[in-house]
Amino acid sequence: MLEIRDLDAAYGDVRVLSGVSLSIGPGEIVALLGPNGAGKTTLLTAVAGLLRPRAGSIRWQGEELTTLRPHLVVERGLALVPEGRRLFGTMTVEENLELGAFAARARRELAAGLERVYALFPDLRGRRRQLVRSLSGGQQQMVAVGRALMARPTLLMLDEPSLGIAPRLVASIFEALAEINRTGVGIFLVEQNVQAALTLAHRAYVLESGRIAAHGPAADLLRDPHVRRAYLGPLAVRAIQR
Amino acid sequence: MSILAQQLVLGLLIGGLYGLAAAGLSLVFGVMKVLDVAHGELIMLGGYAAFWAVAIFGLDPFGSLALVIPLSLLLGVVLYLGLFGFVVRADEETRVKNSLLIGFGLALAFHALAVRLWTADERSIVTPYGGSVILVGDLAIPVVRLLSLLVAFLLIGGLHLLLARWRWGKAIRATAEDWQAALLTGIDVRRAYLLAFALGTGLAGAAGTLVSVGYSISPSIGLEWTLKALIVVVLAGLGSMIGTFVGGLVLGVAEAASAAAFGGPYREVVGLVIFVVVLIARPRGLFGR
Repeated sequence: MLEIRDLDAAYGDVRVLSGVSLSIGPGEIVALLGPNGAGKTTLLTAVAGLLRPRAGSIRWQGEELTTLRPHLVVERGLALVPEGRRLFGTMTVEENLELGAFAARARRELAAGLERVYALFPDLRGRRRQLVRSLSGGQQQMVAVGRALMARPTLLMLDEPSLGIAPRLVASIFEALAEINRTGVGIFLVEQNVQAALTLAHRAYVLESGRIAAHGPAADLLRDPHVRRAYLGPLAVRAIQR
Repeated sequence: MSILAQQLVLGLLIGGLYGLAAAGLSLVFGVMKVLDVAHGELIMLGGYAAFWAVAIFGLDPFGSLALVIPLSLLLGVVLYLGLFGFVVRADEETRVKNSLLIGFGLALAFHALAVRLWTADERSIVTPYGGSVILVGDLAIPVVRLLSLLVAFLLIGGLHLLLARWRWGKAIRATAEDWQAALLTGIDVRRAYLLAFALGTGLAGAAGTLVSVGYSISPSIGLEWTLKALIVVVLAGLGSMIGTFVGGLVLGVAEAASAAAFGGPYREVVGLVIFVVVLIARPRGLFGR
């Protein structure tokens, strides 16, 4: 479905990604881990079409995405929940969701899409007329996920969905992601909360200094000593030694 | 007392046109982050277009809006596709610089074109009802200017509804707030820019029509109107068309009050004073988001 081959990307003279290759199959949950500044956000931004890579290819269902304008990438079924949510704060919850279904294909199922989002996040139903900026961080993240779902994606990409959110709400967002995946939507997840990400994901890639440093089934990475030491902290390493 | 009241009423009446002039500039600046300093020249061209529509086709000056607005929208599309569409591909800092260069160039070109086509003389549209006034107590309210205020209000109200309800209106607002997020929701941001610029030019054309009916036009009025519009944009802030209209009314009344208090020459000064004071005290403007 998604095939990234030898991707190079840079901001000006600063090289961020070097020869990154990865793939995501239909309905798969894939996590992308790595330290700050490794290039995780850059990779998602490039897939979404907001950043033109220097070299390499991003193919989606056989079609090259690197030359496609970003709004058409959405139309093809890839939706990104960006870091920091990037909602339209002066608009209501429902206006934000409706804008998510701007592409022609999604607009035809607008009512069903809204119903689906409200079923997934019942908290939002009663707040549909509220301005987004009056919501808590967790509720805003629900709107952000909901807005991306409104585009009827085949692959949902999320950049740090748990950042700055109360732990109780993080759990409910991860439950929602599992629920979304059960309907056949693939998920590509960048996440600081490595434990939660690897528990949800089928497979994972580790990105370090712009290169893929490790990849494999999520359960294997969860047991991998290097991954545990680097991303799960000393306590986790001691736990596995015992 | 009644002289002051009369001045204030006239100030309110022209203030509606300030608001209309500013609405287009505010829309373009808010959405595209591009400062179109030729906005006043677009108003001037709209005025002459109305002048022609009345002189050649014998249209009613207010009826000429039905011709001038579509023509202005079309001019906006042409200017966007030919010039401003390239400016918005740059990052936001470069955008403002490039748009200033293009704007000043356009202003000079339109000014020269207008002198060539219509000479440098002042003109205004003369109507059979042009001299009529409505008397309210001591106050004499010119019918044409009152109608102009009403039309300006209706146009702003229409624009407000368009931005609030229309699918692409919402897309324009989303683009103004965060153009990258707009792209991520599947909005063709370049089309939103095109629509915003065309609407801004259409509003300028409408403002020009009303200026040529209630007041007068000449090829050199552009800069003055750009300045008024800019003051109102700073005064009102971005993001609310109704707020921009109210900002225009405030400027009109403030100008009239200061002209009455300190004499006619100070009319222009008050706007600039307001400009500076608002920038210092409330940089987001009175109604800015």
